[in-house]
Amino acid sequence: MPQRIPVVEKILSANDRLAFENQSRFDAAKVFAINMMASPGAGKTSLIEQTVKALEGRLRIGMINGDIATSFDADRAQAAGATAVQINTGGDCHLDAVMVQSALSQLDLGALDLVIIENVGNLVCPADFKLGTHKSVLVASIPEGDDKPYKYPGMYRGVNVVVINKIDLLPYVPFRMDFFKKGIEVLNPGVAQFELSCRSGEGLSGWLAWLEGQVKEFRKIKK
Amino acid sequence: MHELAVTESLLEIAIRHAQAQNARCITDLYLVLGQWSSIVDDSVQFYWDILSDGTIAKGATLHFRRVPVLLTCQNCGKDYQPASQEFACPNCGGTHVQVKTGDEFHLEAIDVEE
Repeated sequence: MPQRIPVVEKILSANDRLAFENQSRFDAAKVFAINMMASPGAGKTSLIEQTVKALEGRLRIGMINGDIATSFDADRAQAAGATAVQINTGGDCHLDAVMVQSALSQLDLGALDLVIIENVGNLVCPADFKLGTHKSVLVASIPEGDDKPYKYPGMYRGVNVVVINKIDLLPYVPFRMDFFKKGIEVLNPGVAQFELSCRSGEGLSGWLAWLEGQVKEFRKIKK
Repeated sequence: MHELAVTESLLEIAIRHAQAQNARCITDLYLVLGQWSSIVDDSVQFYWDILSDGTIAKGATLHFRRVPVLLTCQNCGKDYQPASQEFACPNCGGTHVQVKTGDEFHLEAIDVEE
C-alpha cells in the first residue's frame, strides 16, 4: 500500500539555508553585502565601476562577479580599485549560495566594508536564489523597454532598490516612465528608485548616498 | 530557467523525507508551483528522468499543481487576476495590492511504498 507523506518544503530550501550561513559570515565580519541583478547589458559593471571610484577612500569594497565565462567584468572592477573575485558559472544562468560561499573564502572580509555581488545577467533565475546578501539591487535600463516589470514580476518584486540606468538615452528611445513605474509600484510599493546615467554621471549622487547610508546604518546596528 | 538546480533540490528533499520513514521507494511527488515561480514543467520532468535514475525515486510520477496569480486590492478588498500589462485593481484602480497566490514553489507531499 502506498503511503502519503506530507512534506511542505520549499524546493530551494537547501540554498536558503546556505544563504543564511553566508549572511552570518558577512555579519560576523561587519561587512554589508548587496546582490546586484539585471539583464545583460543594463550596466551592472558600469555602475560598480562608478561606485568603486566614487567611494574610494571612504569604503573598502570587494566584488564577486558571476559570469558564464571570461573575467572582463572582474577586471574592470579591479581596475577601478575593488578587490575582485571571479566566479565562472560555466553555463549556469544565476549565482547560488554555494558559489558565493566558495568565493567568500577568497576574500579577506576583515579588510572590507562592502561586498557587491554582480549576478549573472538574467531577469528570471537570480530572483529565486538567495545569496545571503543584506539587500538586492536591480539595475534596469532605458533601452530594455518600459514593459519589463510586467514581464519579469518575480525579479521586480524581490528587490530593495531599482536603479534606472541610461537616462541619457531617454530623448532617443520610446520609454514611458510612468507606465514603467506604475508596474513597479504595484509589485513593490515604496521600493527605493534611482534614475541615473553611469555614462554622464547624472543622478549617481543619490544612489551613492543611499549606499553609503546603508553601510553606515548596518555598521551601527552590528556594533 | 534553472530547472536543473530545482530538480536536484527536489530529489534531495523527496529522498530525505522518504528515508526518514524508511520507505523502500517513492512513487509520486506532488508539487505546487505558482504562476510567478516561472518553472517549466516539461523541463523539470526531463531532468527528473535523468537525475532520479538509480535512486529510490526512479520512475516516480511528478504531479504539478499550478496556482494562478491572485492579487488582493488593499483599497477595495477585491481579489483579481492581473492582466499582462495592467497590474492595478480593475475595480477601483488601486495599486496597493498583496499577492494572495501565485508565489508558491514547494513540494507538498510524496507517496512512498514501504
